[in-house]
Amino acid sequence: MSSTTPPAPAASPAPAGAHSAAPAGTPLLEVSGLTKHFPVMGGFPIRRRIGAVQAVDGLDFSVAAGESLGLVGESGCGKSTTGRLITRLLEPTGGRITYRGQDITHASRRQLAPVRSEIQMIFQDPYASLNPRQTVGRIVSGPMEINGIGPPGGRERRVRELLETVGLNPEHYNRFPHEFSGGQRQRIGVARALALEPKLIVADEPVSALDVSIQAQVVNLLQEVQRNLGIAFVFIAHDLAVVRHFSQRVAVMYLGRIVEVADRDQLYGNPRHPYTRALLSAVPEVAADDAAPPRERIRLAGDVPSPLNPPSGCRFRTRCWKATERCGSESPPLVRAEGSGEGHLSACHYPEDVAALTESKGSRGTKGVTGSVDLEISKEP
Amino acid sequence: MSDPMSSTPGGPFLSVRDLRVHFSTEDGIVKAVDGLSFDLGHGRTLGIVGESGSGKSVTNMALLGLHDSRNTTIDGEALLDGQDLLTAPQRELERLRGNKMSMIFQDALASLSPYHTVGRQIGETYRKHTGASRKEARDRAVEMLAKVGIPQPELRVDDYPHQFSGGMRQRVMIAMALVCDPALLIADEPTTALDVTVQAQIMDLLKDLQQETGTSIIFITHDLGVIADIADDVLVMYGGRCVERGTKQEVLRAPQHPYTWGLLGSMPSLDHPVDVPLSPIPGAPPSLLNPPTGCRFHPRCAFIEQVGDGLCADAQPPLEVMDGRGAACHLGPAQRVEFFADFAGIQPN
Repeated sequence: MSSTTPPAPAASPAPAGAHSAAPAGTPLLEVSGLTKHFPVMGGFPIRRRIGAVQAVDGLDFSVAAGESLGLVGESGCGKSTTGRLITRLLEPTGGRITYRGQDITHASRRQLAPVRSEIQMIFQDPYASLNPRQTVGRIVSGPMEINGIGPPGGRERRVRELLETVGLNPEHYNRFPHEFSGGQRQRIGVARALALEPKLIVADEPVSALDVSIQAQVVNLLQEVQRNLGIAFVFIAHDLAVVRHFSQRVAVMYLGRIVEVADRDQLYGNPRHPYTRALLSAVPEVAADDAAPPRERIRLAGDVPSPLNPPSGCRFRTRCWKATERCGSESPPLVRAEGSGEGHLSACHYPEDVAALTESKGSRGTKGVTGSVDLEISKEP
Repeated sequence: MSDPMSSTPGGPFLSVRDLRVHFSTEDGIVKAVDGLSFDLGHGRTLGIVGESGSGKSVTNMALLGLHDSRNTTIDGEALLDGQDLLTAPQRELERLRGNKMSMIFQDALASLSPYHTVGRQIGETYRKHTGASRKEARDRAVEMLAKVGIPQPELRVDDYPHQFSGGMRQRVMIAMALVCDPALLIADEPTTALDVTVQAQIMDLLKDLQQETGTSIIFITHDLGVIADIADDVLVMYGGRCVERGTKQEVLRAPQHPYTWGLLGSMPSLDHPVDVPLSPIPGAPPSLLNPPTGCRFHPRCAFIEQVGDGLCADAQPPLEVMDGRGAACHLGPAQRVEFFADFAGIQPN
């Protein structure tokens, strides 16, 4: 690793602020059929593989340059695993990950080195993701050191610039992480991720460990970074309101699969998958005003099934009020449903149509589905 | 002290006056709760909202007498049906806890014993307070599990906590808390660790059970959305003090304290326009070891100039409560309305 310039072959490493003009049409990151199964060992006296947690099972999506894609879902749906697969912190079981046309699915460490400097990660826990024995200066300059990058004016100057970008005092260069609050620590994590001028940042629940007032500060910071520096984001979160605020495109995951992906407005305005609809209706909210019609309420019964032994066919069918026999035998493909907009894909045999419903009825009422779902559950195989 | 936050006859069911909880630590005295007063009426739900370290949980641990008396000083008065909880002897508290008042914790897995079946854990409380036999306690446990919506309760009663999912465990916790039909239920962030779809189930369950039994609930959370869903009255805490209280409609529709405005502005919502940035509160919550002088919110407040004279830094604004409604702020009533209107105007709302 002797080169002192970041290996960015085709497009010149654009300066901050003038980054947007990536070649249109070619996605920055493309993922197809991505699968990760964690083996489960057991048995006596000889331990062997007795099953697999199907954490991620056949994901297809892409991220364009400068775009922010939100990955949203409940715990155990595989969203964090997906983030770790993209950054190749985990080895995929199957499928393909292409970064700027280069297949990195099983690339070696050496092959990955240049790519890794362009894909950075922000972690959930700002207490666990910073080395307590290193100063802020050392933490933020770490990526530059590892990649042997010497920015003009020296690394220290660059670090001070970065600290300023993320809203910290450059004088804090020599302080240690414990001297900062949670929100400030997360800012240090953001500065570290920006150190190599990445093209893609995978942010895994970057604000969920923070208090509400601090959370808003960090969301605003990330949004600024994304817009001003033109960095593409994969934003992983369970909070639908935060994802809506941050992402241009949103993918909803359930039990290791994407059930729906669309532009933000389409997904939140006209969800086609029953799960998306139920998820949206479950978010507790301070309504805009009392006069507004009460938001639709769908209550799902039961819990997410185990990824060790997911349901056949559509994985949501055990909690779905629309499920039929077809859902058990036939896995619905992720396609554009009739009446959906451009790029709005959903994986359901019986897609919802909220837009049409709202127009015809005028107001949205409560759906009494819980009872019928209970029935569905009892006939589970 | 007529404080009709509750309009039920016979006055409030729980009445807390000037509660102070101070911890002595190596670094000094932490004033975790510093002069808190509130009332709770029969069958009502009080939502206590605040950020971490605002004193919400400490308040309720004090009510239940769960603090270690060796390093804690508790002052004030907390009358539950006329009986002061803060001066009650341990033995009396033991009689009350699990019986007349009980608590649900955030982390159900950590609060349940992994060594005992859920049936035994639910029945234990019941036996202690009613002197029921094992058989009766078991029947009661089955009944409670059925009540909180656990399918096949007669089978699940012999299961261990690890055999339940997160949402089901929280249901077991609720069954355990309600086994003696308590008059007061304290729920400390009971849904924070749960997914939204499960959170919605648990909140519906709590509301149904409250209708059925008439239990008063104190619901602690940091999420204003949850408050909007479940609470009747709201208490906003900051730095160990109450900054604003009132009914849910009053606090969420016409909040009077700049901190409450800040909380509302910090929350992204499913209805807001997306291109307007959030309006967060600058700075970070105060250290309770060395809290700011005067109004504890003043270092983060945007309206100190409007008050003028350095009043905010010098004097602690009093919480003047009229009909259960009040805010501790130096801004005058007219100013509060005007500034909130300005704030709501720039708010994506």
